[in-house]
Amino acid sequence: MLDKVGIAKRIAKEIKDGYYVNLGIGIPTLVANYIPQGMNVVLQSENGLLGMGPFPFEGEEDSDLINAGKQTITTVAGSAFFDSAMSFGMIRSRKVDLTILGAMEVSDNGDIANWKIPGKMVKGMGGAMDLVASAKNIIVAMQHVNKAGESKLLPKCELPLTGVCCVKKIVTELAVLDVTPEGFKLLERAPGVSVEEIKNATLGRLIIEGDIPEMIID
Amino acid sequence: MNKTVKNADEAIKDIGDNTTLMLGGFGLCGIPENCITALVKKGVKGLTCISNNAGVDDFGIGLMLKTRQVKKMISSYVGENAEFERQLLSGELEVELIPQGTLATRCLASGYGMPAVFTPAGVGTEVAIGKETRKFMVDGEEKEFLMEMAFESDFAIVKAWKGDTHGNLIFHETARNFNPMMAMAGKITIAEVEELVEAGQLEPDQIHTPGIYVHCIFQGSNYEKRIEQRTVRKK
Repeated sequence: MLDKVGIAKRIAKEIKDGYYVNLGIGIPTLVANYIPQGMNVVLQSENGLLGMGPFPFEGEEDSDLINAGKQTITTVAGSAFFDSAMSFGMIRSRKVDLTILGAMEVSDNGDIANWKIPGKMVKGMGGAMDLVASAKNIIVAMQHVNKAGESKLLPKCELPLTGVCCVKKIVTELAVLDVTPEGFKLLERAPGVSVEEIKNATLGRLIIEGDIPEMIID
Repeated sequence: MNKTVKNADEAIKDIGDNTTLMLGGFGLCGIPENCITALVKKGVKGLTCISNNAGVDDFGIGLMLKTRQVKKMISSYVGENAEFERQLLSGELEVELIPQGTLATRCLASGYGMPAVFTPAGVGTEVAIGKETRKFMVDGEEKEFLMEMAFESDFAIVKAWKGDTHGNLIFHETARNFNPMMAMAGKITIAEVEELVEAGQLEPDQIHTPGIYVHCIFQGSNYEKRIEQRTVRKK
């Protein structure tokens, strides 16, 4: 079974040289730490920055320089600032190659819910609806089951949707799955996790073909 | 063409009860601190505020929520404010949550003189309820879009890094965010800047918002520029 860092490391393997990538809040943010050295990747922060660097050194925080999670950050060589309209312009016109975000639920046709729990949580969708409606490629980082042990990979999302038929790939603590027209296709198992365990944790349609390899993290 | 006013009190003097305001900023970054303080002092009520976020409990728009000056918020993300959540759940505050890109683009449309825009954000979700949809061919594929209306706002209040007496504005780093579009979208636009200079002292090539969109400008004071999430690494 993977921890959060393990999920982030596995997702980092999906990033290719030359990609522009938008990372959501939470586990997706960690992915930045595991992009292979020497690979040219530019991180987009939807509040108006291309070329997001690491956190600043202590004492060098700049209140005018934050990411979409409102964390203090830095720029890198080749960074550019722009306004929010242009930021979503580059998202909508599919210039961003890959979007990685978290989810509360995903359905087996690729619908995603991650912004609202009616009566409980009213934080808002931020940029998530714009991102999922336009992204060329969306990878979801999420827990396979909730705290009560219930599957979050469902035949149909129960929570209000963020977007429809948009998720392409899911990485959880148990597995890597593609979203296909026929349902979740199991690609890899987390170290020490059996196909049976993944079956039991998945409520949506699950396709298992042949031997499912264990994922390689490091 | 001198648009300079003395301070925030003078800049906001025409803002009355029940008006619609746009306020620039992302989180606490690039917010018009001086004007928010002046609005709290003036005590105008029944405001509809269009702003990406709603501040925190004791800073930014949060200060206007505490004094119950806000009737309605139109935002994309409001997660950092407990008082906000309390007023929302108790029904004291009306809230319209909309996608962040839609928020930005509805400001942009207003400033560009376009009544509506089409966006795929929110198709198939509760954001689409009651909205006109239309299908267009994009990259050889038919895709559904929502029609979203340009905002109409009585006032826009923005914060820039530098400005001149003609109202030309330059923003700094990610404090730019929603400020340029909101500056374009207000019927009346108020700009507060960290440094105000005479016309001619800013490089025309560097101007982000041309002064034609700005009706009054002043140099703010005592900027706190609070950091919401201080994240650092060790040397």
